[in-house]
Amino acid sequence: MTDTQTISVTVNGETASAAVPVRQNLVDFLRNTLGLTGSHVGCEHGVCGACTLEVDGAMVRGCLMLAVQADGATVTTIEGYGDRASALRAAFIDRNALQCGYCTPGMLASALEYVEGGGGADRAAIREHLSGNYCRCTGYQSIVDAVCDVIEGEGS
Amino acid sequence: MSGPLTIFDKPNSLIGKPVDRPDTKRLLQGRGKFVDDIQLPRMVHAGFVRSPVAHGRIVSIDLDEARAVPGVIAIYTGADLADHVEPYVGVLSHMAGLRSAPQMPLAVDTVRWTGEPVVMVVASSRAVAEDAAALVFVDIEDLPPATDMERALEPDAPVIHPDFGNNLAWERTVEAGDPDAAFARDDVTVVERTFRFGRHTGVTLETRASVVDYDPSEDTLTCHYSGQAPHMMQFIFAKHLGLPEENVRVISNDVGGSFGIKIHTYGDEIATAAAAKLLQRPVKFVADRLESFLTDIHARDHVVHGRIAVTREGEIAALAFDDITGIGPYSMYPRTSAIEANQILNLTGAPYALENYRANAKVVFQNKNLMCQYRAVGHPIAMAVADGLLEEAAHKIGMDVVEIRRRNLVKDDAYPCTSATGMKLDDLSHHKTLDKLIETMDYDAKRSEHAALRAQGIHRGLGLVSMIEVTNPSPMFYGIGGAPIASQDGSTIRLEAGGAIHVSSSVTEQGQGTNTILAQIAAGVFGVAMDRVKVTTGDTKTTPYGGGTWASRGAGIGGEATLQAAHALKEQVLDVAGVILQAKPEALDIVDGHITDKDGTQRMSLSDLARTVYYRGNELPSDMTPELVATRHYRVTDFPFVFTNAAMAAEIELDPDTGFVKILNFWAVEDCGRVINPKLVDEQIRGGVIQGIGGAFYEECIYSEDGQFENATMADYLVPMAFEMPDITIAHVETPTKTSVLGAKGAGEAGTGGAPAALMNAVNDALRPLGAQIHQMPMTPERILEALGTV
Ligand code: FES
Ligand code: FES
Repeated sequence: MTDTQTISVTVNGETASAAVPVRQNLVDFLRNTLGLTGSHVGCEHGVCGACTLEVDGAMVRGCLMLAVQADGATVTTIEGYGDRASALRAAFIDRNALQCGYCTPGMLASALEYVEGGGGADRAAIREHLSGNYCRCTGYQSIVDAVCDVIEGEGS
Repeated sequence: MSGPLTIFDKPNSLIGKPVDRPDTKRLLQGRGKFVDDIQLPRMVHAGFVRSPVAHGRIVSIDLDEARAVPGVIAIYTGADLADHVEPYVGVLSHMAGLRSAPQMPLAVDTVRWTGEPVVMVVASSRAVAEDAAALVFVDIEDLPPATDMERALEPDAPVIHPDFGNNLAWERTVEAGDPDAAFARDDVTVVERTFRFGRHTGVTLETRASVVDYDPSEDTLTCHYSGQAPHMMQFIFAKHLGLPEENVRVISNDVGGSFGIKIHTYGDEIATAAAAKLLQRPVKFVADRLESFLTDIHARDHVVHGRIAVTREGEIAALAFDDITGIGPYSMYPRTSAIEANQILNLTGAPYALENYRANAKVVFQNKNLMCQYRAVGHPIAMAVADGLLEEAAHKIGMDVVEIRRRNLVKDDAYPCTSATGMKLDDLSHHKTLDKLIETMDYDAKRSEHAALRAQGIHRGLGLVSMIEVTNPSPMFYGIGGAPIASQDGSTIRLEAGGAIHVSSSVTEQGQGTNTILAQIAAGVFGVAMDRVKVTTGDTKTTPYGGGTWASRGAGIGGEATLQAAHALKEQVLDVAGVILQAKPEALDIVDGHITDKDGTQRMSLSDLARTVYYRGNELPSDMTPELVATRHYRVTDFPFVFTNAAMAAEIELDPDTGFVKILNFWAVEDCGRVINPKLVDEQIRGGVIQGIGGAFYEECIYSEDGQFENATMADYLVPMAFEMPDITIAHVETPTKTSVLGAKGAGEAGTGGAPAALMNAVNDALRPLGAQIHQMPMTPERILEALGTV
């Protein structure tokens, strides 16, 4: 199947046009066509959360969305969060909230969604929010710590 | 303690400090370098046709339709590759009697497990390769499969390798003392149980991946490889593809999880390399999640019949068990699949002073995916059996489970000693770690709280484990058996012209923080700040030769080599400084990037010294030829392994109506010798515990009778997620190993090895008043309800 369609998307502030296979998912398009390899693929069936990224203000699974569905959309990936994520980045470093780092782009996206959504420093709520993101290396605890640090830091 | 300051308490030592990991900055900006991130000019993609059945004879393969798909570049069958790849056999010569059949990257004539690669399609994209693979028609005549490991040895079971006559791969018995006499004593209580451990797998978030490039002009093969042992893979690619070893380069940049999964030889990866050589262009293969479940090595899958005899005083009189394990149709190359059973024979009961011991293991072939080393090889089984039997025995004789441990654990001052299983043990601290655990968790308070809650119908349980962990293996592990696996590692440190240092080491980084701890060691021992240290690992072309990272050896072996190299470089630099400054080298030191007097007065910067040597050698006496680079290698001698020990405990709450278990608390007290970076070690241990929780409650590769893998998606194969996991309390006891100056043991596997035992004991503690027991992992709600007799 080789049907293609031309799409235009704004990714991390730059607009790109490309002819994409209609069956290609968004994360493959970002990684393979645009070279934005920060978003990762762990399962391609919507379970692991490694591909989590932002489309028009909502965190989505990049493997469950087709690239053609992003036509006209604004997409932000880990390469483009900029200052929005700097407090979380600092907390992740401080807490060693990542080991291999493969889950990290998706984990950071979900953590950002929680923090920007006004979530409290409630460990159970943070764990629940992050429970669509699989991390095989850490014990999750350091990630929860990092999110709490950011929320408490901002609150004080 | 008095005496001169050691390198560990000098002010510029970073050893023991929770410094940040420099690598995390890249990873948090999306600038990691994983294999699938690599795109090379003219790169093509591999996809595979895999066996849909567990056992069958390949009658014919029809490739016509697949070949016609636009974008298909090449298609290879097993026969096509047979001329280009030397078969491999996963045996080690020191494991007497172990046998396995030759393996090829793609099945030739016979398929032996569901998912075995049969045909490789190389195409312009992975999608096209998959399209074409779907059009390949492989006619397979079904053969009866032998899937059940307990039945695979029966006389009428289908034989997987007809030449072998039966499906027994290996058998070993370890015996000490006179267990029969001890079990027969009339003053002992005997507990007998059958334990079952499900098959599970690593589920690294980054799947196995390689990009292999071949340059015919120089006959060189370069493999970007998501793996843990680059030099081992260099040997394997060279030997089995017929290349000079020095012409093969293996590069492992960022590796997205490994846990032992990525230290083995996989047919699809060898086929990818063969295709790159044949096509003379780069070929990428990235396993998808289904391929990972079907073909990444599996682990565990043991049935153990165990017995313990204890006296009225709680002394273990004897321990005995029979283990049976299924390893799939081959012993995995080059590490062999018999190691897990062998570890169980060696480790079970090893924390305890035991005199009478017998253990037998049978390792059998079966028509399922291959089993081999995964994090904490054999440990969860060994610990669950010994401590499961011990806690049960304690209850039988009316003794507290802590008390029975205190009576049997090898005394902290009894080392060095040899366990009943023949393991040389030293520098362990079972009693200290147990005491610290009891204090940390407030054991007595928990016990009384649980008793009170039980009266209100709340069913909580506590379970403990005292364990040892194999780390820092010596050449006695693989080298003596003929495997191309180095147990020594090297570190090269050079002084840069700008006054920084560069460390190049043969141990590898998979997220555990290797690069950071090497930098900490080098920075502190040599005398520069952390940010003036650059580290290279994971490249056979630019690092010293070594084994990579597995069996928790990075810190203990790679770290010691780095410490020695940093010392050696420092001596060289001080020799040069002595000449330049007209001082005795012994009167000088290096602190914060400067040559100083012993009292700390700065004399010259390292960059001044380096620039003098590199640019203005005319200022030095002509008989002085400084190199400003030092290499040291290190291996463990005198001991086959450096063991660590730990005491752990779990607290759970059981809902007897649903069979659900909630983990309320987990405590781990680990003695991994000198802790280099507590921040990294703690989360290593936690990550390990979480994988142990996975094995205890969630993870299982479920096969049908005829060998179909029935839950090979992430939605069906359950893994621990954030919500169900508890916070885990970590404490340390530090007994440095005497085998090295650094004193570091490993810390990577203890949690995975110990947690399942503690959790099973905790569940049984909650079940006991209800008259039920469970000895099967994962302990699913259904199995718990079965144990309770409600389903
Ligand atoms: S790759 Fe999208 S959820 Fe796993
Ligand atoms: S850090 Fe490795 S998967 Fe999360």
